[in-house]
Amino acid sequence: MPDLLEFEEPIGVLQREIEALRMLPRTKERQAEIERLDKRVDEVRREIYGNLTPWQHVLIARHADRPHALDYVGRLFEDFEEIHGDRRFGDDPAIVTGFARFGATPVMVVGHQKGRGTKEKIRRNFGYARPEGYRKALRAMKLAEKFDRAVVVFVDTPAAYPGIDSEERGVAEAIAVNLREMAMLAVPVIVIVTGEGGSGGALGIAIGDRVLIQQYAIYSVIPPEGCAAILWRDAARKAEAADALKIRPDDLVALHVVDDVIPEPPGGAHTDAAAAAALLAPALRKALDEVAALAPAARRDLRYQKFRQMGNIGIQEAPATSREQSAP
Amino acid sequence: MSWFKKARRPIATPAEPSRVPEGLWIKCPSCNQILYEKDLEKNLRVCGSCSHHFRMSAAERLAALLDEGAWTEYDRNLESTDPLRFGDKKPYRDRLAAGAAATGLRDAAISATGRIDGLEVAVVSMEYGFIGGSMGVVVGEIITRAVERALERRIPLIVVCCSGGARMMEGVLSLMQMAKISAALARLDRARLPYIAVLTDPTTGGVTASYAMLGDLHIAEPGALIGFAGPRVIEQTIRQRLPAGFQRSEFLLEHGMLDMVVDRRKLRDTLARSIRFMTASQAEPVAEPAPLQAEPAG
Ligand SMILES: [Zn+2]
Repeated sequence: MPDLLEFEEPIGVLQREIEALRMLPRTKERQAEIERLDKRVDEVRREIYGNLTPWQHVLIARHADRPHALDYVGRLFEDFEEIHGDRRFGDDPAIVTGFARFGATPVMVVGHQKGRGTKEKIRRNFGYARPEGYRKALRAMKLAEKFDRAVVVFVDTPAAYPGIDSEERGVAEAIAVNLREMAMLAVPVIVIVTGEGGSGGALGIAIGDRVLIQQYAIYSVIPPEGCAAILWRDAARKAEAADALKIRPDDLVALHVVDDVIPEPPGGAHTDAAAAAALLAPALRKALDEVAALAPAARRDLRYQKFRQMGNIGIQEAPATSREQSAP
Repeated sequence: MSWFKKARRPIATPAEPSRVPEGLWIKCPSCNQILYEKDLEKNLRVCGSCSHHFRMSAAERLAALLDEGAWTEYDRNLESTDPLRFGDKKPYRDRLAAGAAATGLRDAAISATGRIDGLEVAVVSMEYGFIGGSMGVVVGEIITRAVERALERRIPLIVVCCSGGARMMEGVLSLMQMAKISAALARLDRARLPYIAVLTDPTTGGVTASYAMLGDLHIAEPGALIGFAGPRVIEQTIRQRLPAGFQRSEFLLEHGMLDMVVDRRKLRDTLARSIRFMTASQAEPVAEPAPLQAEPAG
């Protein structure tokens, strides 16, 4: 059972009651009571998840039990073969790459991998990728392009790694080159934000023909804590920042940043990875089929237009002042 | 020496330690030399004593780079609608208004075409005085249009970066400007038109992780802070002090991220030479090499 978040405590109270009843000898009445409480858990969960604050939403997106890229790979794809290394410096375990089959469709998979359990989390640097991770990702995508295979990307990272080695080896350059080159890939690219879409670290592998996001994932230019620290010199006001930044899927659709929201099971993907994968599969299939049906040049043009319009929703043309009109 | 005493007090103003807009005298933060404002202006805001590069406004930059100090300006009327209705303590709209009042611009960049040593170029010059030169939807659109203009007219593009990164108050829309500009630059790249990124103090965050690092050439001014993560964020993450000179131009040059570090007083000449090198062959497109004939082994 996944760890409960603070605001899920009413669920915890009920679950402890159920546990206590299960410890006692089984009777018909107790069994009925357990069933009643189980139903109540579902109701309470639906109610909590139906009224999440933006900050609670952030906590779910970051939940340690949220399925990671490899959890989905195992449930959605067959014959996955991981490939390693950027052929330049090293292999970054914070990003995994490899090929697999999605039904009959061969795909290249690229995804952040946060790791589960202390040792694995450290090995994967908590999903904070270094430059070699971004370069490996691009190498894998170019490989897919060479052999005319679609690319499926899973995005889930707090940020690109802010460390000395990361800067020395040009993490900014690595991300920048990915942005430019992914825009030009001749094969279908489907991006799915599954957890934290953390700033440039997320965007660095997130240029696609379709950008989908799971119901309880987020996508943000800065973590709410960082935003609050800069704006108000008070990281504790992260909840306000989470609200102001508009980082939830519905906001992102309204801002024309993502195409579609993939539903999750009632208590979030972290409560039932299999159900989450089952909900993800048809969305991925639909996106892949739609995009694969386009000619490569047309697909690339549409991808360009998709990103070309981003932000225009927030621009207006001011009337020129008389001084400006008289200028050359 | 009476001028010295008079000049001293405004110089110590904490808000603007290195610049006294109303005063005639400026103390160099690097060598402590007292500089005459007019001399500094004539010297492209470079300290005559120690070559410290003071920050320039976007317009000063264009005047310094372009022939006759003249240019045609574009897209000056674009402005942000505050798409997130971002209500921080000082509402975003107030920040926009303050930035406009301070700079005379509607956002943090000027888009221009002009000539450098007779060569026609498109130039975008970023304005640090407008919310820290941050990149929001307007800067994104201004630069994208400049890329498209360069493509259409088949002229080189120069972007003079001076920015703390993406503009938080426009949220994920500002993040997406990295993708938008980079996609446009992909087209410029494939069209084999020159793009030069000039990196000045500071160039950080999402600006570095997009157009600042996608130049055919990366030319930085001496001593500029250039990086992805801010130094404070890195120190908090790794819990140690950063080495001296970390994320400065010279450090990036040493680590292979820059083509050159160039004194501002030589920047114009360097740009002209670079553009000549990259445009000389434009009249004759490079043909694809003929496929090699199979030769007998041995
Ligand atoms: Zn000096």
